[in-house]
Amino acid sequence: MIGQLTKTERHLALIILSALALVGLTMTAAGRGDPFGMQGAVVLLAAIAGLFCVISGLSDPEPAEDRLERYYDDPSKIGILLAMVWAVFGLFVGDWVAWLLVDPDLTFDAGWSSFGRLRPVHTTGVIFGFGGNALIATSFYVLQRTSRARLPGQLGPMFVLFGYNLFCLLAVSGYMMGITQSKEYAEPEWYADVWLVIVWVTYFIVYLRVLARRKEPHIYVANWYYMAFILVVAMLHIVNNLAVPVSIGGAKSYSLFAGVQDAMTEWWYGHNAVAFFLTAGFLGMMYYYLPKRAGRPIFSYRVSIISFWGITFMYMWAGSHHLHYTALPQWVQTLGMTFSVMLLVPSWASAGNALLTLNGAWHKVRDDATLRFMMVAAVFYGLSTFEGSFMAIRAVNSLSHYTDWTVGHVHAGALGWVAMITFGSIYASVPWLWKREAMYSARLVEVHFWLALAGTLIYVFAMWNSGIIQGLMWRTYNDSGTLAYSFVDSLVAMHPYYVARAIGGLLFLIGAVVGCYNIWMTIRVAPQERVPAADQPEPAPARAALQPGE
Amino acid sequence: MFGLHYRLERKAIGLVLAIVGVASIGGIVEIAPLFTIHQTVEDAPDMRVYTPLELAGRNIYIREGCYACHSQMIRTLRDEVERYGPYSLAVESKYDHPMLWGSKRTGPDLARIGGKYSDEWQVAHLHNPREVVPESVMPAYGWLLRTTLRTSDLGANLEAMRAVGVPYTDEMIANAAADADGQAAPDTPAAAGVAERYGAATTIRIFDGNARELTEMDALVAYLQILGRLTDAAHKPVALGE
Repeated sequence: MIGQLTKTERHLALIILSALALVGLTMTAAGRGDPFGMQGAVVLLAAIAGLFCVISGLSDPEPAEDRLERYYDDPSKIGILLAMVWAVFGLFVGDWVAWLLVDPDLTFDAGWSSFGRLRPVHTTGVIFGFGGNALIATSFYVLQRTSRARLPGQLGPMFVLFGYNLFCLLAVSGYMMGITQSKEYAEPEWYADVWLVIVWVTYFIVYLRVLARRKEPHIYVANWYYMAFILVVAMLHIVNNLAVPVSIGGAKSYSLFAGVQDAMTEWWYGHNAVAFFLTAGFLGMMYYYLPKRAGRPIFSYRVSIISFWGITFMYMWAGSHHLHYTALPQWVQTLGMTFSVMLLVPSWASAGNALLTLNGAWHKVRDDATLRFMMVAAVFYGLSTFEGSFMAIRAVNSLSHYTDWTVGHVHAGALGWVAMITFGSIYASVPWLWKREAMYSARLVEVHFWLALAGTLIYVFAMWNSGIIQGLMWRTYNDSGTLAYSFVDSLVAMHPYYVARAIGGLLFLIGAVVGCYNIWMTIRVAPQERVPAADQPEPAPARAALQPGE
Repeated sequence: MFGLHYRLERKAIGLVLAIVGVASIGGIVEIAPLFTIHQTVEDAPDMRVYTPLELAGRNIYIREGCYACHSQMIRTLRDEVERYGPYSLAVESKYDHPMLWGSKRTGPDLARIGGKYSDEWQVAHLHNPREVVPESVMPAYGWLLRTTLRTSDLGANLEAMRAVGVPYTDEMIANAAADADGQAAPDTPAAAGVAERYGAATTIRIFDGNARELTEMDALVAYLQILGRLTDAAHKPVALGE
C-alpha cells in the first residue's frame, strides 16, 4: 500500500498524520474528564496507526514510472473491504436494536448499549460506513475508466478514504459515549463535521482533477451522478450542521437554528441525504456496473438526461413532506407534497432506463446472481420511489407518519435498492480489481442473493403491516365517539411484526457475512497472468495539452 | 435542449455550476422565507426560556436518543389532539436548538407530557419502565439515578444558547450552576433565586426523591415536567394573522 506512494507523498503523509496526532493530543488534553477527551484519543490512535504504517513502508522502493500506464485501484480495493466490514457491523447493530424492540432487556445496564444510542450507530454504520465507503470505492473506479485517466497522485484518494473512515469512527464511537447533535442522519458533533468538510473538499478536488485530465470529451452519466452526490452532500452538510460549540474543549454545540426553521432545514437535509447520498451516488454506480455486467449499452441517453436533472432539481423541494400537519406553514407542506409527487417521473425514468437496458440480456439475469442483484435493485428503486411519492401525499401521510410504515419504506429503499446495487457492483468489481477470472464461488453469490431478497421482503412486509395497523389503531374511534385504543394497545399489537422484522434483518446480515467470506476467498486465489488491455488508461500525451472542450 | 446538454457535459466546471445552481433553488425558496415571514412563528409574550436544570435535562434527552422513539409535535388532527392535547405551535419550540419534533412514535408523543404524571411515576418509569407499564419496550435508564449531574459547564451552555439567539441574561448565565442546584432544593436561598430569574411558576422540587444529591434523573424529570408548559399559547383560541 505504502509502496505505491512516491517519496514526496510519503513525507507529506507523515506531515498530515503528525498534524492529526497533534490535534488528537490537544483534544485529549482539553477534554479531560469529558467524552470529548476520549474522542481525542480516537483521533490520536488513528493518527499513530497511520504513522506506524507509513514509517514501516518509508524505505520501500519508489513505485515504478510505468504505474502511470495503469489505473490506481488501491483506494477502490481498500474501500470495498472497508464497506463490507461496515456492512456487517452496521447490520449487526441494526438487528440487535430490532431484537431490543422484541425484548428490551437484551442489553446491558450501561448507557452505550441502550437503544437510543445504538440506533444512530446502526444508521451511521450502514449509511455512511457501508454506503459511503462503497460510493468512494466505486466512484474512483468508475471515474478512472470512464475518463480513461489515472487518479492524480496516490495520496489524495487515500486521504479521502481514510479521512472519511475516521469521520465514521468518530461518529459511531461518539454516539456510544453520548455525543450527538440529535439531528437525524446528521448526529456527529461540530469537530467531526469540520473534519468531514476537509475530507469532502479533497474528494471534490480529486474528482475535478481527474475530469480535467480525461481523454474522453464527454463526461459519462455515472459521473454526473457522483458529481451531484459530492456537491450537494457538501451543501446540505454545511448548512444543516451550522452550530455554536459550547467550548473548543468540549463536544457539545447548539444548532444555529431553532424550532420550525430548524425542522425545515433538518428535513431539507434529511430528505436530500436520501436523494444525493442514497440515490444519486448509487445511480452513478448503477449507470456503470449494470450496463457493463449485462454487456448492453444504456437504453436511452435522453432519458438519463431528463431523469438526472429532474432528480437534481425536484428532490430539493421535497423535504417538507416530513412535516405534514405540523407547525410548519401549510404553503411549504404543499410545495413539498407537490414536488414529491412529480419526482415519480424522473425516478421511474431512471428505474425504467435500467430495466430496459437489460432487454436482450434477460438470460444473463436468470443465470448470473450478480446481475440479478442489480436488476432487483432497480425494481426496488422503482417500488420505493413510488411508495415515497405516495406517502408524501398529505392524506396518506396523516396515517403513515410516525409509524413503522416509514421504517418499512426506508428499508425497502436501503436494503432493496442501495444494498442490492452495492452488492451487485462489488461482486462485479472484485474480480476486475484483483484480476481474477470470477468470484470464488458463484453459488455463494446465489446464496447471498436469496438471503438478501428474503430478508428484505420479510422486513418490509412486517413493517407495512405493523405501520398500517399502528396508524389505524391510533385513529380508531368507538361508538361513543372516543378513541378506541390506548397507545399501549397499539404497542402490544406490534410484537409479532417486531419479531418478523428482526428475523428478516438477521437473514440480510447472514447474507452479508457470506459475501465477506466469498470476497475473501476470491482475493486468496492466484491472480490472472495478464491485465486485460482494455483496462488501462490512455497513454499520456507527449505534451500536457488539455482536451478540446475544457 | 439535448444539443445544449451535449455541449454542457463536455465541460466539468459548467456541469458543477449547473448542479449547484439547480440544486439550490428548492432550499432557498422553502427555507429563507421562514426567517422573514412574521406569521411563521406566533407571538407568545409569556414564553420563558429553559432553566439551567431543564436545559441539562434536555441535553440528557438528546444524549440518550429519546427523540428516536418519541415525537414532540402534535399534528393538527382530531385523534392526536384528543390523545395528546392541543396541537403544537411553532412558538413552543422557538428556543429549541435544535428542535426535537421527532419522526417516529415507537412510544407516545411527549409534547404535552409535562404535569401529566407525578415525579415519582417518572422516576420509577425511567428507572425501569416495566415496573409501571408491563408491556413497555422502552430501555431502562438505571444510570440516571447513579450519576451526579455536572453543573460546572452550565453557564457556558447558557452562553452558547445566547449566542444562537435565546435571551438569557448575564445574571442567568452567572448563576447557572447555583440555579440548577436551587431548582431541586426547595425552601433554600438558591431556590428563591431560580423563582426570581425564571418566574414564580417555575417548578422547584426534589425531582428524583433524593435531596442529598443532584442527579441526572433530577434534570431529566425537570425537563419532562416542563414539556408543553413554557407558554400557554396553545391552550388559547388561535389568533389569526391579520
